[in-house]
Amino acid sequence: MEFGAAISAALGLMMSLDPGFLGIVSLAVRVTLSAVLLAAVIGLPLGAMIALARFPGRTFVIILINALMGLPPVVAGLGLFLLLSRTGPLGPLGWLFTPAAMIAAQTVLVLPIVVALTRQVVEDLWLEYREHLTSMGLTGFRAIPTLLWDGRFSLATALLAGFGRASAEVGAVLIVGGNIAGYTRTMTTAIALETSKGDLPLALGLGMVLLVLTLAINAVAYGASRIGARFAG
Amino acid sequence: MLTRRSLLTAGLLLTLAGPGLAQTPERFIVVSSTTSTQDSGLFGHLLPLFKAKTGIEVRVVSQGTGQALDTGRRGDADVVFVHARAQEEKFVGEGFGVERKPVMYNDFVLIGPKSDPAGIRGSKDIATALKAIQEKQAAFVSRGDRSGTHSAELGLWKLAGIEIEKTKGTWYREIGQGMGAALNTAGAMSAYVLADRGTWLSFRNRGDLEITVEGDRRLFNQYGVMLVNPAKHPHVKQADGQAFVDWLVSTEGQKAISEYKIGGEQLFFPNAAQPGA
Repeated sequence: MEFGAAISAALGLMMSLDPGFLGIVSLAVRVTLSAVLLAAVIGLPLGAMIALARFPGRTFVIILINALMGLPPVVAGLGLFLLLSRTGPLGPLGWLFTPAAMIAAQTVLVLPIVVALTRQVVEDLWLEYREHLTSMGLTGFRAIPTLLWDGRFSLATALLAGFGRASAEVGAVLIVGGNIAGYTRTMTTAIALETSKGDLPLALGLGMVLLVLTLAINAVAYGASRIGARFAG
Repeated sequence: MLTRRSLLTAGLLLTLAGPGLAQTPERFIVVSSTTSTQDSGLFGHLLPLFKAKTGIEVRVVSQGTGQALDTGRRGDADVVFVHARAQEEKFVGEGFGVERKPVMYNDFVLIGPKSDPAGIRGSKDIATALKAIQEKQAAFVSRGDRSGTHSAELGLWKLAGIEIEKTKGTWYREIGQGMGAALNTAGAMSAYVLADRGTWLSFRNRGDLEITVEGDRRLFNQYGVMLVNPAKHPHVKQADGQAFVDWLVSTEGQKAISEYKIGGEQLFFPNAAQPGA
């Protein structure tokens, strides 16, 4: 019975094109995509560098990054909250309870996934193509662009995993965003709010919309990689 | 490679600068308030009226009263609007708030399952009702989150002559969550729970729950508002924050509060002019 009501609530939301609802959806998408892009820009080169570099404590760094993939969002949110609070070191930025803080929180969550998986992918590729790359004069960090390009399909999956983590989490964005109506309310915090108001069908309906959205973004990414594979040979 | 990176960067900048994120309105204040004012829909009614008059956008972060006051203490809000007078006076006494002004009251109701295992339905005496619950060891859900409702609940146990910290057993369940979550939990466990009337009236997942005790004067729930002290936190938006405080206690603001109804029932009763509120 609840599921029936939830499905009609989900359809109603998607049909109505209510500005409040569209605002929530577009904020959720923008925040998450920004976080994934930031994590990619930082994490892809960083992961590749860790894969190729040899330095003392490297094993420890790798274990640490792998472990951070399991960082509880609520802990990340709390840490960032204390940094961004007016009494914290980054307080003067005035970022707390803004979308910028939410992007920062999700970046912190996505980054370890991107770095850890990139490190693995690049390291495997390096072991496989080392001689070939070296003969082309690509030694050390100069091999990074080629390795990243060769691993692009695996890396795209890593980014999608990061996207999944960011779009699904509620603990961090709730703490640093504050779930302010029309400003920092995203899909997951809206679901939490509607649940607490006891409007379970609407909450579940929002959840279904989020699932459809995630499905659409993954389908687009998959399609793009297939097309890319065909052209790149 | 270069093009890929610049594409990525361009995409990043586009996303970050996309509509909405960049459009920070000229004037806004942050108000830390309680889950009851938010979940009951009162802010949804008041804030558009205030914005239309002053052009100031109010961003509400809704938390339990204790947490909302802490948000003010840290300077992360401009105005605090909560309901726990002792805690509010402490906040102002410590110099974190400028001046507490009474705004309105609503009342608490004791919600319980229709089966009424403690046999208290229809009572107007909250102390006797709580005693019956404790004696029968009937399931009771406590917010357990330092909220205004939680501190009111603790005060009522004391009033009933029960030292809840010592006598609580498995029947007394502290969930550490907001009002709505507490109602959801009480519904699922057929338990009693103390709720503010506003949240109860707008709560949709009532299931087997109903009001068992109401109308006791000791269940009144006073709300107060205060500006966070700019002397402690210089970045506080003094003028705009004060404008919101003043509007809430003005004739116009008080009238707007009294006009908010759910199903024809008034939720909050303005009493800014009442001495000692």
